[in-house]
Amino acid sequence: MSAADAMIVFEHVHHRYGEGPEVLSDTSFALARGEMAFITGASGAGKSTLLNLIALLARPSRGRIRVDGRELAEIRGRRIAAYRRCIGMIFQNPSLLADRTVFDNVALPLLIRGLSGADIGRRVRAALDAVGLLHKEKAYPATLSGGEQQRVGIARAVVAKPPLLLADEPTGNLDPDMAREVMRLFLRFNQVGVSVLVATHALGLIRDLPCRVLRLSGGVLSEQAPDPAPERTFDTV
Amino acid sequence: MTPSKRVTDAGPGWAERLAQDHARAIRTTLGAVARRPFGTLLTAFVIGITLALPAGLHTLLANLGGGIGGLPQTLRASLFLKDTVSPERGLTLTREIARRPDVSGTAYISREQALAEFRRYSGLAEALDLLKDNPLPASIVVDADARAPRARIEALFKQLAALPEVEEARYDEQWLTRLQAIVSLIQRLVLLTAAALAVTVLVVIGNTVRLDIENRREEIRVLKLIGAGAGYIRRPFLYSGLWYGLAGAFLACLLVEGGWLALRAPAQRLAALYEGGLALHGLSFEVAMAVFGTGAALGWLGAFWSVTRDLRRIEPG
Repeated sequence: MSAADAMIVFEHVHHRYGEGPEVLSDTSFALARGEMAFITGASGAGKSTLLNLIALLARPSRGRIRVDGRELAEIRGRRIAAYRRCIGMIFQNPSLLADRTVFDNVALPLLIRGLSGADIGRRVRAALDAVGLLHKEKAYPATLSGGEQQRVGIARAVVAKPPLLLADEPTGNLDPDMAREVMRLFLRFNQVGVSVLVATHALGLIRDLPCRVLRLSGGVLSEQAPDPAPERTFDTV
Repeated sequence: MTPSKRVTDAGPGWAERLAQDHARAIRTTLGAVARRPFGTLLTAFVIGITLALPAGLHTLLANLGGGIGGLPQTLRASLFLKDTVSPERGLTLTREIARRPDVSGTAYISREQALAEFRRYSGLAEALDLLKDNPLPASIVVDADARAPRARIEALFKQLAALPEVEEARYDEQWLTRLQAIVSLIQRLVLLTAAALAVTVLVVIGNTVRLDIENRREEIRVLKLIGAGAGYIRRPFLYSGLWYGLAGAFLACLLVEGGWLALRAPAQRLAALYEGGLALHGLSFEVAMAVFGTGAALGWLGAFWSVTRDLRRIEPG
């Protein structure tokens, strides 16, 4: 894969918090444009750290990271906000704003981009439709189930059509059915060209999915031979 | 960089976008004020009292200063004549002085007139009756033309005081000069007070906005996470500060006007005791505008101060 084809490139990335042990050691991998991959590993294995490094919520102690052709070390200060607008982020806790309706929560990324009201309405409804919550636009987050809240978080992450979607344990709080539904959503976004990187420890959930699985253990990344092979199952999804 | 669809649906042009962003911030912050009017009112009230103090003092001083300015602008000297000077000579002298340049008016007050006046105003009539002789001298009141240079008037008064018929001369100007000096001293004090109170307003608004920021920590965290720029996150807080300042200024104007209404009747009775009558007034338009301008500026500054310090501390991750 040439550098231009890659959405994310890690080259010998190390990370430690303060003087603690290394959370990531010598990590190198690449995610192609339009690819969807999983990062697995026990909790504390460094999955969240890896995603945080991509979202510039943390900086590597050593090594280079490139995202969408940009060197992350060079993105500082005011440019961080503009960079983050290119990434949709989803967390185990969807961190919705309790005092705003579902519609207003999903509209946030469009508001900060300064879109006009009509555009916002159209796009928010499209995003809510995609996650199956169009009928809940006037509801407040507290009245929704965990799965519904997570889907609102996903709608917020994709509403501005970012080229890259990062998800950190998105199914951690969901029952198996809802978790499968969320994973199917990611696949659907991936099929329209969005690059997706999902950190999860729900191995059972991703076993049948046609995606690469990167395994983090003790801060060391290794690639698991997908089983079954992705090429074979991709068309069947 | 490859042009993509994302660029074309970036929406309106930058000017339109800025106006739209500001309109949204204004709507949001005014909505927040409407949702919890009591909290806003409390802060506005503190600011109102703080702003009302210098505005009220200033209005008081403006009235005093106007009062002084409203007094007869002529400078007046009283020439007390020696008892040996006859009333006829006194009258002639009065006419002679009236013909001098820079003199706008003269009046002769005989010993009898002086006594009658003293009797009427002093309330010491019985005491005077005990005296065998009239103790008061005759005098000539000289009004100098106020348009003449001060130095020439002083020279004139000095000449008049040196006249052989004159026992003693007194200038009314002195107490006026002293009063003016006192007023300008108080004016300086008001300025100092205003500066100290401006800092108070700054701290009050800064602290209120700091609490707002604390209450909306989660929102700020999420906004930073999804890539909102510093200007976007800051804007609603700056508008909140502006509203606090303006609401405070409005209350300050109400307080000063209220104080004026309460004091107007006795103040006008007092003013009427001075000849010419002082024209008293409440809060002037200029001062009201200054109060609103100061309130708005301090509100914005206080918010800016808090926001630049506190927003940096809230980081996602």
